[in-house]
Amino acid sequence: MSAPLLEVKGLAKHFEVPAETFLGPKRRIAAVDGVSFTVFKGDTFGIVGESGCGKTTLGRTILKLERATAGQVLFEGRDVLALPGGELRRLRRDIQIVFQDPFSSLDPRMTVARILEEPFSIHGILPDRAQRRRRIEQLLDVVGLPKAALERHPHMFSGGQRQRVGIARALALNPKLVVLDEPVSALDVSIQAQVLNLLQDLQKEFSLTYLFIAHDFSVVRHLCNRTAVMYLGRIVEHGETQTLFADPQHPYTEALLSAVPVPDPALEKRRKRILLAGDVPSPLAPPSGCRFHPRCRYARPDCAALDPALAEVRPAHWAACPVAPFADAASAAALIEA
Amino acid sequence: MDGLSYDLHAGRTLAVVGESGSGKSVHALSLMRLLPVPPARVTAGEVLYRGRDLLTLPDPEMRRLRGDRLAMIFQEPMTSLNPVMRVGAQISESVVLHKGASAAAARARAVELLRKVGIPAPEKRVDDYPHQFSGGMRQRAMIAMALACDPDVLIADEPTTALDVTIQAQILELMKSLQREFKMALILITHNIGVVAEMADDVVVMYAGRAVEKAPVQDIFKSPKHPYTRALLGSVPSIYLRKDRLASIPGQPPDLAVPFKGCPFAPRCTEALERCRADDPPAFPLAGGRMSNCWLVDSPAAAPR
Repeated sequence: MSAPLLEVKGLAKHFEVPAETFLGPKRRIAAVDGVSFTVFKGDTFGIVGESGCGKTTLGRTILKLERATAGQVLFEGRDVLALPGGELRRLRRDIQIVFQDPFSSLDPRMTVARILEEPFSIHGILPDRAQRRRRIEQLLDVVGLPKAALERHPHMFSGGQRQRVGIARALALNPKLVVLDEPVSALDVSIQAQVLNLLQDLQKEFSLTYLFIAHDFSVVRHLCNRTAVMYLGRIVEHGETQTLFADPQHPYTEALLSAVPVPDPALEKRRKRILLAGDVPSPLAPPSGCRFHPRCRYARPDCAALDPALAEVRPAHWAACPVAPFADAASAAALIEA
Repeated sequence: MDGLSYDLHAGRTLAVVGESGSGKSVHALSLMRLLPVPPARVTAGEVLYRGRDLLTLPDPEMRRLRGDRLAMIFQEPMTSLNPVMRVGAQISESVVLHKGASAAAARARAVELLRKVGIPAPEKRVDDYPHQFSGGMRQRAMIAMALACDPDVLIADEPTTALDVTIQAQILELMKSLQREFKMALILITHNIGVVAEMADDVVVMYAGRAVEKAPVQDIFKSPKHPYTRALLGSVPSIYLRKDRLASIPGQPPDLAVPFKGCPFAPRCTEALERCRADDPPAFPLAGGRMSNCWLVDSPAAAPR
């Protein structure tokens, strides 16, 4: 295994929200609540979960776009959250982000040329105009856009093309780590496939490391070599994508996997599905003990009192469930009757 | 939208699948005559419901059918529910209108429907406003609303697109069990290939405003006849099948405001022939009740209509 590039240790981000009544107590939402994981060089590390699980806040806190409440983010061994301004700025070249919505993450008044030039002028790189121009043209070529795109504004592009501009911008300064926050979820499937293939090609070509935040299990399965599953601000399971999908060790992961519709009617007809009752509880008042216990089909009485930590269930596979491995070892594969 | 034909039977599910701008929602709205006229105009075709053409029915008769025999649920439950009206009142509105139910009977029906779609404590929730419901509950409320008069045909336009997977699974199960119970015909409009595999009996694939392929669901997945269907299926990642690389479709769908020659998919099609760029292919009927809108299936066995 290669060296760790990013280590997240006990990271937490709490938001204060207005009190329900004027004199009432201030309320806190623990959007990210003690998250730890390590991303190695060359990894595509997937963070997957449903809306409100804190995956986007996690990404933003790692990039210091949100101020962390507690914890450490080590990038090549240095704590990003404790770096002084100048060094942080230097570090920002190495960590870039691609946002979900290609319609709001590009300034509509700028041409693509100016959008792609901005990272260079901010960091004072390639001051020579001709050199900078060559580099920008090269970036466009890398993401598969024609040179003619340079003088156009974002509204003249389709969603997929805009996402390519966003990716080109993120790659401008040769970053080591790219945080991809739902980069394909706003795109149609055929365009989504183009962008996913592009991301794979770029990773090979520029030896990038990805932190891939998504709600779509199929996309995560396709792209990521390691995956973490989040529920209400916590990682409940993480490990190699292959083993995690084949043999989930947390009841929430198991239920999520069984809920994903599979593009194969024969398989769909034979598959058993675990239906979770109710909605995700409000993060304002998370359940006591294990946060998943009110919806869990394996819950025991002590689950309401016991807050389980991640434990290594097999080499490089962690799950936060003392009941795992569950009694009937219902893995995603076992859900399909022979 | 351009020349779309299919039959739908009681208790069956037809999935209409396509990407943004393929015309799948326009198709649903025109069935229900909900498109604003002008600019929209149905220039050709008929929509026969139990032998009667919906497109030529006088407005009052269409209004009688709509919400009673034919119901529709929409993608975004928050924008399709009235925010200043209690959920129960919205559900029972059509019962009062179509069945002439009394206020008490309508309320009882609303409670019954909310229970049927799995809303906990329906006697209490019936007096809630939509903002007091979660996304999944709103979608359930909208389904309850559509079912209020036991419709024969339910049109569901991307009913689970705005929902998380676990909630999507709940809603799809609910729709399946309600369909079994009420023997409704379901038209399911979606872009999600997985949802199609799970729900559909028959599938219509749309591209650039037209049906490019029509077939029973197993056939669509096992032996797609149209290159667009093949490409679409190849571009979907699956949680069970690891592909090294997705088959992406180069380019993007055509701008329908600009007239084009030949097959609308030809510029992106890897199998396109000379003929595809010159002539627009008709719908070729194939064995097993299938149809493909592609010159590649043109053979003596499958003569154009």
